[in-house]
Formats: sequence, C-alpha cells, structure tokens
Amino acid sequence: MSVEIKKLTHIYSQGTPFEFQALKDIDITIEDGSFVGIIGHTGSGKSTLIQHLNGLLVPTSGTVVVDGLDIFAGKKSDLIQLRHRIGLVFQYPEHQLFEETVYKDVAFGPKNQGLSAAEVDQRVRKSIKMVGLDYDEVKDKSPFELSGGQMRRVAIAGVLAMEPSVLILDEPTAGLDPRGRDEILAQIKTMHQKNKNTVILVSHSMEDIGKLVEKILVMNEGEIVYYDTPNRVFTEIETLEKIGLAVPEVTYLMGKLKKKFPEIREDIFTVEAAKNEILRVIRG
Amino acid sequence: MINETKKRMIDVQNIQFIYPHANEEENVIALEGVDFHIDKGEFVGIIGHNGSGKSTLSKLLNAIIFPTKGDVLVNGMNTKDREHLWDIRQTAGMVFQNPDNQLVATIVEEDVAFGPENLGVPPLEIRERVDRALATVEMQAYAHQKPHQLSGGQKQRIAIAGILAMEPECIIFDEPTAMLDPSGRREVMATIKKLNRDKNMTVIHITHYMSEIIDADRIIVLDKGKIVMEGTPEKIFKNVLALKEIGLDVPQMTELAFELRKEGIDIRDNILSIEEMVAALCQ
Repeated sequence: MSVEIKKLTHIYSQGTPFEFQALKDIDITIEDGSFVGIIGHTGSGKSTLIQHLNGLLVPTSGTVVVDGLDIFAGKKSDLIQLRHRIGLVFQYPEHQLFEETVYKDVAFGPKNQGLSAAEVDQRVRKSIKMVGLDYDEVKDKSPFELSGGQMRRVAIAGVLAMEPSVLILDEPTAGLDPRGRDEILAQIKTMHQKNKNTVILVSHSMEDIGKLVEKILVMNEGEIVYYDTPNRVFTEIETLEKIGLAVPEVTYLMGKLKKKFPEIREDIFTVEAAKNEILRVIRG
Repeated sequence: MINETKKRMIDVQNIQFIYPHANEEENVIALEGVDFHIDKGEFVGIIGHNGSGKSTLSKLLNAIIFPTKGDVLVNGMNTKDREHLWDIRQTAGMVFQNPDNQLVATIVEEDVAFGPENLGVPPLEIRERVDRALATVEMQAYAHQKPHQLSGGQKQRIAIAGILAMEPECIIFDEPTAMLDPSGRREVMATIKKLNRDKNMTVIHITHYMSEIIDADRIIVLDKGKIVMEGTPEKIFKNVLALKEIGLDVPQMTELAFELRKEGIDIRDNILSIEEMVAALCQ
C-alpha cells in the first residue's frame, strides 16, 4: 500500500502557552512496496509523523491517504479495517505485552483480524520463529518471565503476525544486542522482499539505515530536509551533522581516504561496499 | 609487582547469582564464578548479549541485589553489609538507558539537587555541588529549564549531573546511549570520557555499541553468566569470529580490517578507529 502524506501539519496544545508545531506542511509519498528509513534528532518530528500514519494522532491540517483512502475523512469502520493492515511497533514495544502466555500475546492481533483458529496458529508459529525464538520453549511462558531482549522479540512477533501491508517500526532494536539487532532487521528485510510490503523504519543507527533501506527521509524541526536514496543523503555529511545526525563510520572513512586516493567513491555506507571500493583503488 | 598506589574500587569475588523460581528446578543461574576487580580511575567496558548477565552484574554492584555466593566489595565495603547500603550507592552511582525514567523534578537544577538533598547535604553546599555538576556536563545554561524540553542527550547529561552531585567515586553506565540520536550519543560519550580523564572518575560502561569502548582501559566480555574474555580493546576486538559467535560485534573499522585481511591485504588486525584505518591504508 502506498502512503501519501499531504500537507500535513501538527500543532500540539494549540492555543495554549505550550503550543508547539511538531510538523510543518509535510508533503511526500511513500510508494507501495518501498523500504524507507526515517532519521532525525530527538524532537525532529519522526514519532509525531508516524503516529499519523495509522490515525493515532489527528492532523491539525492536511491528511494522510493510505492505499487511496483518506484516513481522516473516511468512515470509522474503514479506518478500523485499515488499521488492521498497518502495523506499528512502538519504542519499547515490550511495555505493551499483556497476555498470560507468549502464544496468547502474539495471537491477539491476528485473532482480532478475524482469522480462523488454524490461520492464527500458523501465523503465531511463523512469527515467533521469525524473531529468532524457539516456539516450543517460549509459547507457554509468561512474557514477563523472559529477558528484556526476548520480550522485545515477542512484542515484534505480535505485530508481524498480523502480516501488515504497511509495517512501521520506531527504533525497534534500541537496547538489543548486535546479533538480536541484525537478526530482527534481517527478518524484516526478508519479509519485505517476500511480501513486497511497505516498511518504514525509524532509527538512530546510521549503519542499520545504510544497510537496509531504499530511501531515507531526513527530518529536522518538523520539516523534511531530504527524501532520497542513501547515496544522495549520506553524501550530505555537513548538513546531516548540522542537524544532529551522522553518516555510517565507513562513509567518514571514505571521505578521509580521498586525500590519498582521489578516485575513491564516497557514496559508501556498508562494510562490504567499503571493502570492495578499497580493494578497487588499492589494486588499481 | 603490585602497584601499591592503585586503589581498588570494585572487587567482585567469585560470585554466583541465582534468580529463584517457585519451582526450584527452574532457578536461573544468571552469574557463575564471576571474579574481577576494577581500580580507581579505570574505564572498563562490559559487553555481552541480552541475557548474558550484564544488568544483573550492574545491580549487584549497586547493592540492589546480593550475590548468592561470593562477595562484592565497593571501595572496600561489602554490599551485603546493610549499614553500608547508602555509602555504597553514593560511592557507585548509576545511569540507566531511558533518560525519561530518571528525571524526577520539574526544573533541571532541582533534579540535580535531588540526590544531595536526600543525602542530607547542607543547602549552601548543595548549591555549589549543583553548579559544579551542571558545569561539568556543560548544561549550566539549562539550569532553570524544564527537563521535558531537553533533547535525549541533554536529559542524559542531566541524569549524569544528578549522580555527580552526590560526589561518587565510580559511575556505572547501563546502556546510557541506547535511546539517543547520533549527536546525543556523541555528547554523552564525550561527557563520560571527560569525567574519566579529567576527574579520574572510575567508569563502568555497559553497552551494545562497540565503537563506544574502543578507548576503554579494559573490556570484560560476558556470556551465559561467565566472563569469557577480558583485556584491552585491541586484544578483545581482534577476535572477530569469537565475538560474533556469542552474538556480539566489533567496531566497523575492525570488521573492515578483518575483511581486507581475508582478501590478502597486509593490515593490522587490531585497528579500532577511523584514524588508525586511514594511517594503515595511507602508509
């Protein structure tokens, strides 16, 4: 599903001394089936923006059109249907676990979608496996006796089990160990490639963004600074730093190697790409 | 020869910690045979995957929980000794992951004053301590602001100032940058390094970001409740495969050096920083 954000403005506490404009006239389209990363410093408007995408926040002006449907103008029943297809993983999703067992918690979403018991069961098994947990080991456990990292995985499994057409993740891996982070992100990427769903990933890790996404949305003070490919965005080092961001370490390295190897490419943001480019210039 | 001038800040003596379960057979052994010490002024990084025992260890250091076997000494005080509880917590302060959960007051300077107030420090001295702590984290200009108006990195620096105002000798940072944007991470790491370098503060830094501990004095690697490696960053991070095996990672530059070596490029295997990589490639 495509997500069209149309002249979206959001003002918190309008008309009070605390009035704060979090989003200013945002106007972009996230194409169906794309994998988009959102970066921006704390308070730049990222979370406010994504909370509009499934109708959790109502815009002050402007609107969001998902799959051709204006989510703030349509009927309430349409919005409910739409929400079933838009999965949102919040920061610290483990705080939203509530069921007695891991199985029941993950089954909650697909059950509400009205799937048959057999379908729900299949989704639960699949998504628990997807997040790297052992189904038989965890299914009957209380989510609250798991470690923090495992709880996070269960919470993400609960959203994946709904197989959302649009999957929005707000810093899903903050606090996870490197393997947990890589595994979960790899599974999300695999699911994206297989199901061609739209994925929107908010992250503070430039390395993860550089590895995963097709397009990057850069936000600053409620406005869009860039909406372009990683090649274009991560070469704007100066602007990114000015707004509190950074580029992957390997990208900085390439910039510094330019003195010695003037022909070296700077649009490099993964270790793999850096290795190949260094080998190219060294071996000539 | 043992250096007599070095003061032992933390002494963890062959400890075990078990999380009890209603059914005894399901007791979880979180730490087993963990034995190490940290000297005054050291900067020690602790890494390990989720569930490896890092957070359990930090709680033991702060006398929030107590070892089921062995002892933990903080500046010579045994954490099991109830009468030292508040001295221990004042000696070894803690900074946690989420800044929003650590700030209690509605004005920045009141938040920083909370700790010393509870310690019964006289008002005039509290004033001095708060000013000094805010200066150290470079947040004096925000003394009268509301914490919720600050960025994540600024909030974390206020949390650090709140600990500094209690004049600890050691600070345990439990993933203090996990929630921060790149500039917030830079600010907080710069603050931590400055405390260690300029104030001789003993720092224990628990993190999942390997790049944050490339200039630590020492790194301790935990896996399944045991110490599996211990040494300088150069020594630890060159074990690229062993670290990945236990769910960890190495700094990007170390990984790049490892990949280039595999391709036959003659380059050191203990490169940690961008500067070292540039130097190695531009010889």
